Amino acid sequence: MDTITKATQSQKEKFLSQFKENCCIDTNRDLQNIREAAQAALEKLNFPTTRDEYWKYTRIAPILRGTYHQMPGSEPVDLGPTLIENMDSYDLVFVNGYFSPEHSSRLESESWLVLPLSEARNNYPELITKHYGQYADYEKHAFTALNTAYCQEGACILLKDNAQLDKPVRIINLTQGDAIAYHPRNLLVFGKGSKGAVLLSYETGSGNHAFTNAVSEIVVQENAHAELFLMQHKSDTNSHIETTQVFQEKNSQFQATTITLKGKIVRNNLNVVVDGENCLTRINGIYLTRGKQHVDNHTMIDHRQPHCESHELYKGIMNESSTGVFNGKVFVRQYAQKTNAFQSNQNILLTDQATINSKPELEIYADDVKCSHGSTTGQFDEEAVFYLRSRGIGEASARKLMINAFAADVLEYISIEPLRDRIEAYIEERYETVL
Amino acid sequence: MLNIKNLHASVEGKQILKGLDLQVEPGSVHAIMGPNGSGKSTLASVLAGREEYEIDEGEVSFLGKDLLDLSAEDRAREGLFLAFQYPIEIPGVSNINFLKTALNEIREYNGLPAMSAKDFLKRVKEKQALVELSGNLARRSVNEGFSGGEKKRNEIFQMAMLEPKLSVLDETDSGLDIDALRIVANGVNTLRSEDNATVVITHYQRLLDYIVPDFVHVLYQGRIVKSGPKELALELEEKGYDWIKEELELA
Repeated sequence: MDTITKATQSQKEKFLSQFKENCCIDTNRDLQNIREAAQAALEKLNFPTTRDEYWKYTRIAPILRGTYHQMPGSEPVDLGPTLIENMDSYDLVFVNGYFSPEHSSRLESESWLVLPLSEARNNYPELITKHYGQYADYEKHAFTALNTAYCQEGACILLKDNAQLDKPVRIINLTQGDAIAYHPRNLLVFGKGSKGAVLLSYETGSGNHAFTNAVSEIVVQENAHAELFLMQHKSDTNSHIETTQVFQEKNSQFQATTITLKGKIVRNNLNVVVDGENCLTRINGIYLTRGKQHVDNHTMIDHRQPHCESHELYKGIMNESSTGVFNGKVFVRQYAQKTNAFQSNQNILLTDQATINSKPELEIYADDVKCSHGSTTGQFDEEAVFYLRSRGIGEASARKLMINAFAADVLEYISIEPLRDRIEAYIEERYETVL
Repeated sequence: MLNIKNLHASVEGKQILKGLDLQVEPGSVHAIMGPNGSGKSTLASVLAGREEYEIDEGEVSFLGKDLLDLSAEDRAREGLFLAFQYPIEIPGVSNINFLKTALNEIREYNGLPAMSAKDFLKRVKEKQALVELSGNLARRSVNEGFSGGEKKRNEIFQMAMLEPKLSVLDETDSGLDIDALRIVANGVNTLRSEDNATVVITHYQRLLDYIVPDFVHVLYQGRIVKSGPKELALELEEKGYDWIKEELELA
């Protein structure tokens, strides 16, 4: 073993040892087997470096070097920072990864279950074992293995066949305190013909240098319509790795919007396996970076069956010396004829120091498909700003108009109006001072 | 209304305007003609407040204020309007939202309350009819995917919406077919009043058949070298600019 490997090895041991101590044991044997398999996989896997193609532009060493604590947040819990005006939702609140029953609405009915995962594991083991750990690959990906090995809590949303959620479910992950780490684990199953929207948000109440490593498995069964909103609004010293593994059955629709507003190192892996005919997949994203932030969106849509359609639009505004990464991969397998797949990534760099690494990728093995991809990066269009000013619009409002216009075609797909208003307001606040 | 005295301006170190004088009174239409490179577009840019142009000497007052001291947006708020030679496309910003923002910022600057949605839409309807701009275009993103003629009509539509005191039309006739030219000119003529004034910058006499000027000025090498009544435009059309050049050389 050479010295570099040794160094990496000892760093990995030190990093992992922090989570081993707190590890819990599942009473259900199937679930415990998955946990142990993930722990075994983790022994063999190395954490990625920039020498791995999949992590080429994102250096996670600062995350691995950290010393972390796992502990409940201090009482009383202040949910102020997570407030979305006029939002009517069923909430599941987790503070530092611990379920907070007094702020949550547990739902157990004929139509649906909206519960903390620990409770669902105990009370509905047969429903859970059918899906849990079946989609997110812990054999290959170290952070997914880490989550699967040491996760303690998360949200479980099960919509029974033909159930329609009357309000969105909001899963709030609030971090409180310094150097907190946890591994939220979510399971979302949209039964046949069901319909619902879920907002998964990560926010910071207080403290710095936290690390969250989330994994969500999402199953969208036949004819189901699922909408997912991921909002990352953690402080700019906190880091976040998020893996979302989606499995779509025939005639289903899935839409995800990833909104990254804050965070030090943020890495999103959104993978959608489209395993049935006649599916619609729409994945959108918007990322606003500043300071020394690093935000990386890796997406993968795997078209395995014919007659499906996917649309992907990611937009970024990079300010100061921040970095954005976009890597979008669309696979169209040989059997997936008549696939329509469209992908686009557009970026604005507000300064000369800001960077974007954009890599749209299409891998097509079928011969009767319609696919396109594209990436654009530009500066602010100063001619357009002047044009607006020459009509009496002040410089700050001219820039605001242009930023809103840039974000508009992502925001228009946010069907939850209070959420869209919140994001719009956030964008306005963000650029009030810097423009 | 507008008083330009001994204006010298340069861009990227190159002197373009070299002592330009011009006076515009309310109710009048002035045409500024001149060969390529004489400084016509520079004059428009300097008046509108483009920052890449350096003012080396001279003064410009507009309604009693030092125009050169005002930001581009404040010039517009004081009542100056520039119809661009090449209007800019702004994807994602709707014409309507753009004009509502502009109109209300102008009103706020002048101490007026924001216009009600009803009055605003009424004005939109009325003014878009004036330049025969379809409702569909008015609602689309600013100039995005517009034809050359539609872009120019949109400039006049904006002018009609904002009701400026002084409008500077920079080569508004370039690239227009005869129908579009007639529509644009009709818009400008309808908006003419005793209180406002228009400066038409053009290379060709053609536009002046439709927008009849009170004064014609010849801009050459950064200065106005000759002024006269509307007949001067016809003379220029007939004899070309060489005649002016020769006259200058003799003098």
